Amino acid sequence: MLRYLLKRLLASIPVMAVVALFVFSLLYLSPGDPAAVIAGDIATEADIARIRAQLGLDQSFMVRFGGWTWGLLHGDLGTSIFTGLPVATLIGQRIEPTLALTVCTLIIAVGLAVPLGVLAAARAGGWIDRSVMALSVLGFSVPVFVIAYGLILLFAVELEWLPVQGYRSLKEGLLPFLRHMVLPSVALGIVYMALIARITRATMLDVLAQDYVRTATAKGLAHNTVLTRHALKNAAVPIITIIGIGVAALIGGVVVTETVFAIPGLGRLTVDAILRRDYPIIQGVTLLFSAVYVLVNLVVDLSYSLFDPRIRY
Amino acid sequence: MINISRSSVRQHWRAISLGLALALGAAAGTPALAQGKVLKFVPEADLRSLDPIWTTAYITRNHGYMVYDVLFATDANFHLQPQMVDKWEISKDNLSYTFTLRDGLKFHDGAPVRSADCIASVERWAKRDVFGQRLGELTESWTVVNDKTFRLKLKKPFPYVLEALAKPSSNVPFIMPERVAKTDAFTAITDATGSGPFKFVKEQWVPGNKVVYVKNTDYVPRKEAPSWGAGGKVVKVDRVEWIYIPDSATAAAALNTGEVDWWQQLPVDLVPVVAKNKDIKVESVDPLGSIGMLRFNHLQAPFNNVKMRQAVLAVLDQNDYAMAIASDSKNGKACASFFTCGTPMASSAGSAALTGKRDFEHAKALVKEAGYKGEKIVLMSATDQPIVNSQALVTQELLRKIGLNVELAASDWGTMITRRSSKEPVEKGGWSIFHTWFVGPDITTPALNSALRGAGEKSWFGWPTDARLEELRDAWFNAPTVADQKKIAEEMQKRAFETVPYIPTAQFIIPTAYRSNLSGVINSPVTFLWNVEKK
Repeated sequence: MLRYLLKRLLASIPVMAVVALFVFSLLYLSPGDPAAVIAGDIATEADIARIRAQLGLDQSFMVRFGGWTWGLLHGDLGTSIFTGLPVATLIGQRIEPTLALTVCTLIIAVGLAVPLGVLAAARAGGWIDRSVMALSVLGFSVPVFVIAYGLILLFAVELEWLPVQGYRSLKEGLLPFLRHMVLPSVALGIVYMALIARITRATMLDVLAQDYVRTATAKGLAHNTVLTRHALKNAAVPIITIIGIGVAALIGGVVVTETVFAIPGLGRLTVDAILRRDYPIIQGVTLLFSAVYVLVNLVVDLSYSLFDPRIRY
Repeated sequence: MINISRSSVRQHWRAISLGLALALGAAAGTPALAQGKVLKFVPEADLRSLDPIWTTAYITRNHGYMVYDVLFATDANFHLQPQMVDKWEISKDNLSYTFTLRDGLKFHDGAPVRSADCIASVERWAKRDVFGQRLGELTESWTVVNDKTFRLKLKKPFPYVLEALAKPSSNVPFIMPERVAKTDAFTAITDATGSGPFKFVKEQWVPGNKVVYVKNTDYVPRKEAPSWGAGGKVVKVDRVEWIYIPDSATAAAALNTGEVDWWQQLPVDLVPVVAKNKDIKVESVDPLGSIGMLRFNHLQAPFNNVKMRQAVLAVLDQNDYAMAIASDSKNGKACASFFTCGTPMASSAGSAALTGKRDFEHAKALVKEAGYKGEKIVLMSATDQPIVNSQALVTQELLRKIGLNVELAASDWGTMITRRSSKEPVEKGGWSIFHTWFVGPDITTPALNSALRGAGEKSWFGWPTDARLEELRDAWFNAPTVADQKKIAEEMQKRAFETVPYIPTAQFIIPTAYRSNLSGVINSPVTFLWNVEKK
């Protein structure tokens, strides 16, 4: 297992290097000039050229890429062109809200979707099954921002139970943290919930048709025991795979959710950086997301052996 | 068997209730440290840079007004008022200006404001600002007389020294400590130590989310009543939080529920929604508003031909643009002047070209005379800037009506302002027309209006060449009296309506909205947060 882990970690290094080169090249080729954004609308061309030179944006691709890579190898992600703050500091400021949002979303989505999927499979064709499937189609179809606005209108503006926007760190207390996390997590989690519920149902239906399930039932085991101990455990691998893929999808989802709920997370940081062409931030965040993606895949692969004893590394 | 009495059960429940209450209290978090009165303000944009000289971004200018002070300021009557300066003297030959600072001026780090700080700050500003550059060209020397007195010597008389120092909008000559102001003018400063009414709390700054200022308790305000950037800057709250909310629907909801106190720029489509709440005031506190602009590329066909520009001028109706930008006549109106309507240099000279009958037949005739043969016209637009995009959509329709082959090149603002620096033909990534807007104070005089130049490739984007316009501008700088200045400004405007360097599209105001427990909001083209009280 340890050998496999090391092998996978070593294999991720060239992946990250390719990502770094790809991101840098893409940004180099993309239109837009941070110097023009910095200088503002009234600035002259000469002003913009001076700022560009001062920031080193007039240097060749190789010089800029070399400088950035050298910094990376020394643990330096660079400095934001606009704020003058280190990219690592900016990511450090933003990582907690995004992590919190992702974890809360996962807890809500997995915690509700898996039981609903199991229930739908157990009552296949019945009203529960139909209701769960109808809700999952709805969850897929309605965009995150529409759900978010609906939740804000009902729970924040009309009922005044929860705040409209913002983020409170856990350091400020559990209750303020949860109050600020509920609406964004539910808004983001609904699509995810729909995805997991459908996969759980489909996989469970497949497993429930297997001979060993019939045998377990014939032995006189309680229906719930058959469902949870025999069927669900064997259906876990595809469900975990889809949860892993979903984590990557969540990264895209947090951009919208963080914008609507004004949460200062990595998604917002990325969008703001793209709009103003703050290259070091875009490069830093993209590398981070790539690393997270690689890591999540690794964790998913490793977790297979927990549920399926036939899988060994 | 354990015998438990009723009273002991009650005591038991009381203890459990108390424990639960304490636990919930702990879960709710320790109460925030006493922060006094906190003003929660949603600014027009995210504060990205701390240097109001490095960038002309208005949000950074507004940050500058929070933390820095200025030597002079312009008041609501366009009079120049001393701010940090106590007294000043002008020599009889108008070549020497001696300034003395008022007592009690201190930077946020406790150091006194000295003459050397003021000189370094003005010199840095003069390297970047268009008005400052003119002053810089005419400056012979700045000298320290003593810690509180300094002197400017000019090479030749320049009647606008105080106007330049009292410039209300970007770039504003803010006074910084000498050690900061010595930074190269093209390198951003990261130290926001000023001597203004608020202190910037850098460790609580989260770019893209929150900027925190606290009251500068050492600040000594002037005694006069506040008037625009002049007068007493009396701070009536303990702390100001700029909370950047990028989504306007969320900002509206946050204002409705009282999570924030003030939303600086309310999109016009949300005015009816927000105005329904009796606890919110929706007002227009900007007396000058902003001016929309249609800018031609004078280097490339077809708008390098004056007849083509005149053709567009002949059909452009400012009311259409006012409605497109502001949705109603209360917040948008025509302003047929190249200088902000409502300011001293504005006039109606030559404006019949924009206010007369919109004549499509005449425009088509001009297009024909210009020899236009259906060449592609690239109209740039930035879809993430509603004011730019709404103007572009009106223009697209207008150009089509006079038979022009127009292509709308929609992108984001960052891409658009990069493309506009291209001097190439449209086939090679160039452009023909773009829209933008300036806030009123930025185009009140020929000194400030950078779009009203005729210096060819040295001009602002669009690069018009017009020697006569440049001559008139130079003459304006030498005009000894206000009457002479107005006369020359009128001449410039007449000339501009003939050669059409750009077309002003409309004057509009972006409303502001705040909770009714706020008072003391200053009517001004720049949003100032002093004098604002929260009950």
